[in-house]
Amino acid sequence: MPDASHAFPALPSRPGVGYKPQHFTDILNDPSPVGWLEIHAENYMGDGGRPLAQLRALAERFPISVHGVGLSIGGEARLDPDHLARLKHLCDWLNPASFSEHLAWSTHDSHFLNDLLPLPYTDDTLTRVADHIDEVQSVLGRRMLLENPSSYLAFTESIWSETDFLAEIVRRTGCGLLLDVNNVFVSATNLDYSPQGYIDTYPLDAVGEIHLGGHDEDEDDHGAPLLIDSHGREVVDPVWALLDFTLDKSGPRPVLVEWDTDVPDWPVLADEARRAEAALTRALA
Amino acid sequence: MTDQSAFHAGLLSPTAPIPAGLTDGQNRPAGRRYGVYRNNVTVSLREALAEGFPSIVGLIGRENFDHLARAFLRQSPPGSPLMMHYGAEFPDFLATVEQLAPLPYLADVARIDVAMRQSYHAADSAGIDPADLQALDENTLLNSRFGFAPSMILVRSKWPIGSIWHYTLRQGPKPTGNGEDVLILRSEYDPEPVILGAAAADVVIALQSQTPFGSAIETADDRFDLAMLLNVLLSRNAITALNY
Amino acid sequence: MSKAIKTVALVGAVAASLAAHTTTASAQAKEKCFGVSLAGQNDCAAGPGTTCAGTSTVDYQGNAWTLVDAGTCTEIELPAMADGSERMGSLEELERDLPQG
Repeated sequence: MPDASHAFPALPSRPGVGYKPQHFTDILNDPSPVGWLEIHAENYMGDGGRPLAQLRALAERFPISVHGVGLSIGGEARLDPDHLARLKHLCDWLNPASFSEHLAWSTHDSHFLNDLLPLPYTDDTLTRVADHIDEVQSVLGRRMLLENPSSYLAFTESIWSETDFLAEIVRRTGCGLLLDVNNVFVSATNLDYSPQGYIDTYPLDAVGEIHLGGHDEDEDDHGAPLLIDSHGREVVDPVWALLDFTLDKSGPRPVLVEWDTDVPDWPVLADEARRAEAALTRALA
Repeated sequence: MTDQSAFHAGLLSPTAPIPAGLTDGQNRPAGRRYGVYRNNVTVSLREALAEGFPSIVGLIGRENFDHLARAFLRQSPPGSPLMMHYGAEFPDFLATVEQLAPLPYLADVARIDVAMRQSYHAADSAGIDPADLQALDENTLLNSRFGFAPSMILVRSKWPIGSIWHYTLRQGPKPTGNGEDVLILRSEYDPEPVILGAAAADVVIALQSQTPFGSAIETADDRFDLAMLLNVLLSRNAITALNY
Repeated sequence: MSKAIKTVALVGAVAASLAAHTTTASAQAKEKCFGVSLAGQNDCAAGPGTTCAGTSTVDYQGNAWTLVDAGTCTEIELPAMADGSERMGSLEELERDLPQG
């Protein structure tokens, strides 16, 4: 693997975008809308080739956030030691400004399901997730951020609220949080609670990064709205409003726009980043 | 109690019941909400296969492909979180599908798509300077063993798979001929399938297994064009070491 | 000229013709072919479309699924010997496989 030395110790409180290889040249030619970039860890675990060459070039210009999507931190089985070793290899090479993963599971019986699957919020799952985060932080030798999921259903056995569950994880492990305000909006709509109420009880002090993204609209069996976290379109106005509400309480934080499906041309994504910059400017005022 | 075995079981089986203990948050059964996860898993894996096997999508069309992909992903979900490797067993699966019997070349064409992806993510390497080869005396040259780029992959077939691949994806001429061997080469970062004759492919295999250059070319028959092969290998930075 | 000497001369000629070519292995990082680079990307988005596709019971089950005419395979007709089974045969033998009349 080529050598990359990373000169950015932390993510700035500026907009970032989820990096897509289609935008490589555009980003280098027109970098001003973004202050940092996020990559999905698993896409940079090959042995070489263009992905790592691009990442090396980008890391010279931008702070990089490594966002894992395959560690299955909420899984019932132990963490995959091979995958953890790959993450360590990537983080040791890149020395990224941040590492984050999801409150979810994706692997079962050695099947990787390529989706972020939900967890009941019980004492058992809390202990398991906390143990797994301890292991990740110990192996990587760095603090990680944990992201709240998009929920489409609830578990009857859950006894913790999601915000209390996350706060307790932070207390036990010392990890930070990645607050996805689109996920908050999606979950609150789908499970019929107040997104502002969620933010009011969320441990904002632990937030190291905020995510935004677009979602699709569907309906459940009873005709109730069912939002799908598709990352395939612009962030909607109520989610921008929820970002303002959050930044007003938390102060400026690194804010990321995610766009993973039907990826648009760079100017469209750059406009989303500029809108995030405006929100950050308002939060400073 | 909803353990992950129960949740997992329904994801890959459309007829499995929705696991117990899941609600819409208002104490009504989750119903279609569970279907969101089922859909995410199925659709995301199907899309990954369609992106990974463009030649097969082109050859049989998206509708046929989706049937195949759905059957494959349910019997062979990914075994690793690295989606870049997903589908390596898809060519073998294609060879077992009864409906594809009229298209016996399909599995081998799919192997080109797999090899292209493997090559794209293979470790970087630098080609030798052709002058190094030129500088060797006769005896040293004939006794030299070659090292090759990790991104170089040979796919052999008794079907004209290179022509079929190019016809389907790159507007190449209509395939008519005999079996072809395809050598995937990655000069810098873009893998490229190059069609070789069987004799040239035999030489590549001999060289890959560390047969000295002189012996490797001796076994090839007269139809073998050494200049063409060397040109292809050297110009794509495929030879990475000369050991003598 | 012996075979070995011819080989050495040929290798020398090929190498000489390429000497200028391979010295500039620039790190061209811009994508040329998105097909390969976008295949098998991990992301954290939900699958596109409705909740229906995954719950569909349409499935491949033995003979229940039939190949519909679609794609470029319908334009490709390979001769019987295209699988290489006749590759070692002489011209005379191959001609026997041609349609009569």
